[in-house]
Amino acid sequence: MIEFRDVTKRYPDGTVAVAGVDIVIEPHSTTVLVGSSGSGKTTLLRMINRMVDPTHGQVLIDGEDVATVDPVQLRRGIGYVMQNSGLLPHRKVIDNVATVPLLRGEKRRAAYDRALELLDTVGLDRSLADKYPSQLSGGQQQRVGVARGLAVDPNILLMDEPFGAVDPIVRSELQQELLRLQGELGKTVVFVTHDIDEAFLLGDQVVIMQQGGKISQAASPAEILANPADAFVADFVGAERGKRALHVTELDGRRLVVDGDGRPAGVLAS
Amino acid sequence: MTWLWSNLDRVGELMLVHLALSVPAIILSFVISVPIGWIAHRYRWTRGALLSLCALLYAIPSLALFIALPVITGLGLRSPLNLVIALTLYGIAVIVRTATDAFDSVDRDIRQSATAVGYSAAGRFWAVELPLAGPVLLSGLRVVIVSTVSLATVGAVIGVPSLGSLFTDGFQRGIQAEIITGIVATIVLALVLDWLSVVLGRVLMPWSRAKPTGARAASAAPAAEADAA
Repeated sequence: MIEFRDVTKRYPDGTVAVAGVDIVIEPHSTTVLVGSSGSGKTTLLRMINRMVDPTHGQVLIDGEDVATVDPVQLRRGIGYVMQNSGLLPHRKVIDNVATVPLLRGEKRRAAYDRALELLDTVGLDRSLADKYPSQLSGGQQQRVGVARGLAVDPNILLMDEPFGAVDPIVRSELQQELLRLQGELGKTVVFVTHDIDEAFLLGDQVVIMQQGGKISQAASPAEILANPADAFVADFVGAERGKRALHVTELDGRRLVVDGDGRPAGVLAS
Repeated sequence: MTWLWSNLDRVGELMLVHLALSVPAIILSFVISVPIGWIAHRYRWTRGALLSLCALLYAIPSLALFIALPVITGLGLRSPLNLVIALTLYGIAVIVRTATDAFDSVDRDIRQSATAVGYSAAGRFWAVELPLAGPVLLSGLRVVIVSTVSLATVGAVIGVPSLGSLFTDGFQRGIQAEIITGIVATIVLALVLDWLSVVLGRVLMPWSRAKPTGARAASAAPAAEADAA
């Protein structure tokens, strides 16, 4: 379990990135932090592995304040996946995946064997192991990034807009892949995005953040749609624009679901 | 050409002496400049002072430095060590800015991601920052190689033997072939060392030659793709 207790981050120049945040993240669930840029969602994520230290409040992992843990050791126990994969361009795919186990002093042989298995896990061909990241497509690089994040079999996986830089088709593929993986592995995933559809798709809990690093609402997607906490949330999830106000019309004997603007959103399954 | 054939031994000997002067200076200036460049990169407030100071080194006339150094070091005027020190200082002046740029050139995202997966500061320097700064560092090293090999000839004026001795000797005795031999030998030496550094770079940085074959790379570099086919 990850817990934020009244966490604030104020930079020396007075900017407040995160203001008085309380969140509880249940184990083996996916929590998505969503908001526009400047809402402090990435800052919040980075407080979990001490890339950023809060100026006030506590971040606890299983009841232990992360401020008391050595940051380097802490990070080696938490998976991290970022935008543009963040792979080391001068290391082959296999070395990238095995990075953290090797940093933790595992035997090279064991780390490589595990890295190859992880390539299978994330749906990559083992023949890619000896390639450099620049020789892979954006989607493949992102999969390698996920494999690296899983390499030490961490309980917690942090994902900072991991699918932000790939095209929509690949993005959708990766999202499905993550859902499949999460179904198998059951990690505690904290995921940052600015895309509300991605948040609703992936999140058991969705945390909607607004400018100034405040939480507008933290709840399940269904709860947020049913009871948006305020006008900001309603607008952000698209309820105001009618995007989420779906209704059914009939066309050629099939029942279509259309949104508030009359655009078809899907077919109602019978 | 007849002069060269009859003096081949002497030219070969001077070439080795020249190497013994310039190679230590090249290595020393590189090894000293990398940490200075890293400091200037890492601690922005030191950058202006460090880079100006190093650039100023280059403004000192070489002959004046060759003569002034023995006073500071206490070594004899004709000691080759003085020349090595002087060449190292000039080398530092040439390479420090490039070394700073080299560390600047390392992608911020990659540095952050290395930190995020658990590299310690030292581990990150050796395993991530230094290798990724490598290509730019190499370009700086190549400039230092050429400039040092060329500058080492000036030592001949104060009596430290090198390929430059062929200039001074040829000039005094009016042997044009000797002067030309000196120039050509210096250039050849510089080119050989430069070539060696490029080969070394290829061995140490195999990733920089990896041909992009992925879908993303294909659109970015169609020429490389065609090349691979």
